[in-house]
Amino acid sequence: MKSTIKLLALVIIVISAISCKNDRKPNYQFFPNMYESHGYEPYSEHKVFKGGQEAMLPVEGTISRGWMPYEFENNTEGYNLAKDTLKNPLAYNEENLEKGKELYTIYCGICHGAKGKGKGDLVKREKILGVPSYDSREITEGSIYHVMYYGINSMGSYAAQTSEHERWQIVQYVEKLKADLEGRTPRLDSNAPVVAVEEAVHDEAHATEGHAEENHKEEAHH
Amino acid sequence: MEQVKNRNSVSRILILGIAFLLTFSMPAVAQDAPAGDAAKGKELFNSLCAACHKRYKKSTGPALFGVTDRRDTEWIYSWVKNSKAMIDAGDADAIAIFEEYKKTPMNAFPQLSNTDIDNIIAYVMEPKATPSTGVTPGGDQAQQVEGTVISNELILGALAFILLLLISILVLVNKTLKNIAKANGVELPEDKEGHKPLWKAFVDNQFLVIVSSILLLLVSAYFAYGYLMQVGVDQGYQPIQPIHYSHRIHAGDNKIDCKYCHSSARVSKTSGIPSLNVCMNCHKSISEVAETTATADHSKEFYDGEIQKLYNAVGWDPSSQSYTGETKPVKWVRIHNLPDFAYFNHSQHVSVAGVKCQQCHGPIEEMEVVYQHAPLTMGWCINCHRETNVKVEGNEYYEKIHKELSKKYGVDKLTAAQMGGLECGKCHY
Repeated sequence: MKSTIKLLALVIIVISAISCKNDRKPNYQFFPNMYESHGYEPYSEHKVFKGGQEAMLPVEGTISRGWMPYEFENNTEGYNLAKDTLKNPLAYNEENLEKGKELYTIYCGICHGAKGKGKGDLVKREKILGVPSYDSREITEGSIYHVMYYGINSMGSYAAQTSEHERWQIVQYVEKLKADLEGRTPRLDSNAPVVAVEEAVHDEAHATEGHAEENHKEEAHH
Repeated sequence: MEQVKNRNSVSRILILGIAFLLTFSMPAVAQDAPAGDAAKGKELFNSLCAACHKRYKKSTGPALFGVTDRRDTEWIYSWVKNSKAMIDAGDADAIAIFEEYKKTPMNAFPQLSNTDIDNIIAYVMEPKATPSTGVTPGGDQAQQVEGTVISNELILGALAFILLLLISILVLVNKTLKNIAKANGVELPEDKEGHKPLWKAFVDNQFLVIVSSILLLLVSAYFAYGYLMQVGVDQGYQPIQPIHYSHRIHAGDNKIDCKYCHSSARVSKTSGIPSLNVCMNCHKSISEVAETTATADHSKEFYDGEIQKLYNAVGWDPSSQSYTGETKPVKWVRIHNLPDFAYFNHSQHVSVAGVKCQQCHGPIEEMEVVYQHAPLTMGWCINCHRETNVKVEGNEYYEKIHKELSKKYGVDKLTAAQMGGLECGKCHY
């Protein structure tokens, strides 16, 4: 009888040890001081910040590295001005087109469709409606960039997800799609001088991302 | 499950009531609306108007249901074709609506004929469909699922009951037999005196003792090793997030690219938690899920509530379609977390190597609630570095070194390990 009780106790101990595994909680760590960072990690919580939140907007009056101020205002006048005067600083070459296509597929194609006809997956599934085809709207390189930067009507801003350089690459691809839809030959500069946006913009894409991170949870950056 | 049941009964009454009311309202609406083809109108509405207008809800522009009650048809014709001209001409109604919607100009649609506009009006004047069609099949499904669960439990219970019955019958039969034997005076064979107990026999047999103790040691060493090796490994970790964001719906059903939201995975060390403005790119116009999105586990009401949590956090007022400025940070719970002594860079793997997100994160597009798929141990990292070939084409800068390395190892394709992917200092410094 005694041995039965002992056996039962053993079984209970083993079961309780096994059942400690709980997927809702992280596992035990061996020497946690080697695991937890002393430096501030992205999105971590620290008392020095307001509300403990590390992800913040840039201080007013400052800009992140690689983030250039955009001089056109977010209203109809700004839109029209950008439409008429803003030009793509990048060369229209195959390389930018290829990169533009890749980014377009990630960020735009989901609604605007692979061909720019406004028939992306979300439109087909009737989640988002009323996406116009590029050939039914009067758009220029300036207005495409402006709309990507601020968003328009139901479309949101993509300034937080892309860098200035990347947005101009997307502009080239959108212009190509529009030309294809209208049956024109898309613009391609043969040996135009490369007046690239400061290479820094590309290299500092990380810093731009920093901006996006700082936008985190603060507000929808309009 | 019970909730669904309750809702079903209440909603059934509601639906009946609404259906009853609708029998009266339908002819009245039909009389008001101009004769148009709603099916054609739907097509036009979805492609031209739906960017800014919804039928029953305010969006960038006003809700269009009931528009013929507010304005006469001629006014609508001229407004749709060129709203700016009407505002410039000083039409009081036109100016009022322009002012009300923050002076957002409406695109002119001169290409639409009056018949087209009639069709659109016919579509927008359709009364809101009652959820009757959606709820009933959903409820049935839930009941069916419930039914299978119950029947499974029932079968198991019945089996257990039969087993118990058999055991008790055996015991009873044994007892009865013994009683009969006693009554008939039959001597039952007793245990012999001096019979060794089993444990004593075991202890006396030294060989058996040695073998079983070795076996016991080996087994416990095996389990102890297994237990110690999983310390600090969070495979399967699945915390509850403050907002129930379903990757299954977004990345799976709607096929949104991972990098749409986790945009910094392309260019930085961290993959990035999207800021809520990224959510609002779509959820500005998607304030509730479709009936078909709901599953047996999560109802439409549940998902709509989660979208409402997003609105509360980002400070979006759906009724006025504007931001209130009152934001509440969302405390997402981090799942994948490498220890501080290991360096990992997302952009190097995502952009340079072109590794698919699913390689490390598993079938994210099927996860309703995300869990850690990979163990994220060093052995796991190293294994992949040993097996993965590096894409060296189109990289003139390193052409020479790639050639020399290929020659050194005598291979056509270099693996990450052969390029130094196993050196300690690559990840630990």
